[in-house]
Amino acid sequence: MMENKLDGNAAAGTLQEIFPFEMTLAQVTCTGCGTTNVIGATAAYMHGMGTIVRCPVCDTVLIRVVHARGRYWLDMRGVRVLEISVEA
Amino acid sequence: MERRTLPGRLTWQLGEVVTTQPETARTKSITLIVPNWMGHQAGQHVDVRLTAADGYQAERSYSIASPPEEAPRVTLTVERLDDGEVSPYLTEELRVGDKLELRGPIGGYFVWEAQMGGPLLLVAGGSGIVPLMAMLRHRAAAGGSVATRLLDSSRSYADIIYRDELDRLVKNTTMLEVVHTLTRAQPPGWTGYHRRIDPEMLREVAWSSDQRPLTFICGPTPFVETAAASLVTLGHDPARIKTERFGPTGEA
Repeated sequence: MMENKLDGNAAAGTLQEIFPFEMTLAQVTCTGCGTTNVIGATAAYMHGMGTIVRCPVCDTVLIRVVHARGRYWLDMRGVRVLEISVEA
Repeated sequence: MERRTLPGRLTWQLGEVVTTQPETARTKSITLIVPNWMGHQAGQHVDVRLTAADGYQAERSYSIASPPEEAPRVTLTVERLDDGEVSPYLTEELRVGDKLELRGPIGGYFVWEAQMGGPLLLVAGGSGIVPLMAMLRHRAAAGGSVATRLLDSSRSYADIIYRDELDRLVKNTTMLEVVHTLTRAQPPGWTGYHRRIDPEMLREVAWSSDQRPLTFICGPTPFVETAAASLVTLGHDPARIKTERFGPTGEA
C-alpha cells in the first residue's frame, strides 16, 4: 500500500482496537509544539506497515501503531498527554 | 451532547445484504441489516473486512450513507476502484443475502446531529458526498430546518451521486441549497460551475465567515486541502471546519 495522508478519523478503527473508547475525540498534546488537538483533527498516514498520527500544527509524530504477528506496538513518544473523555 | 455508553473495543460482526442500488456507473449503495447495531451518528464510518479462502484479509473504511433513523439498516455507498482489493468485490460480486463482516460505527469527530445547528456548509468531492448525505438524510428525517448548503463537485453530470434524491430534498425541504460543479464534462446547456473547486467558488457559495457556518468537507486529500485552505483564507474559523480525507487505503 502506498503512503496516504488522511485524517485522524482514519486511524480511529485501529486505535479503538486497543483503547475501549471513541478515540477521534480524545485530545493529544504534542511534545513538539505543545498544542492540543482532538485525534480526529490530526493527520494520519496509513502505510502497509502501520499507522502514523502526526501533529497537524508542527508535523511531529504523535503516535505510531503497528499490528503484526498477533501483537500491537504502540509508540507514543510524541504525546505529552492523552486525554480521553468517557462521556462524549 | 447526550451521554453515551462506552463503545468498548471494536468487534467484528456480520451484516446481511438486503438491497443493492447502483448510484452511478462507478458507485453502488449496499444496504445491510446489522442485528447488533448500536446506532450511529451521521458522518461516522465502518470498517469492512474481506477474508479470502487462503486466510488473507483486507480491510477498508467506508462512510455510512444512511441516517441513524434507519437503524438497524445501514447503507454504505462504495466507489469501485479498478485496482482496489475490496471495492470491486463489494460493487460487482456482493449479492442480496450475502453476509459481510464489518465493525463500527467508528468516529465521533466528523459527525453532525440536528441539535448541533448551523448554518451547515457541506463540501463534497466525488464519493466524499457519502457521509455528508447521511447528514442531509438525518436533517430531513429529524424534520430539521437548519440552513444548509451543499457544494458538490463531480466529474460529470452522470457521475453525480444521489442526483435525483438531492433534487427531491431541495424541493421537499426548506432552507437547503445544492450547488453542483462538474469538473470534466458538462451536459449541453449546463449553466452551473464547470471547474475544480477554488477560493472564488467558495466565496460565492459558502456562508460568509461572520455567519460562522459549521463546515464539513469530505473528498480526496487534495480536494479537502484546497477547500479547507480556501475557507480559512476567506476568514472562516478553522475550529468550525471538519475534514475527512480519503484515498486508496481508505476508500471512503
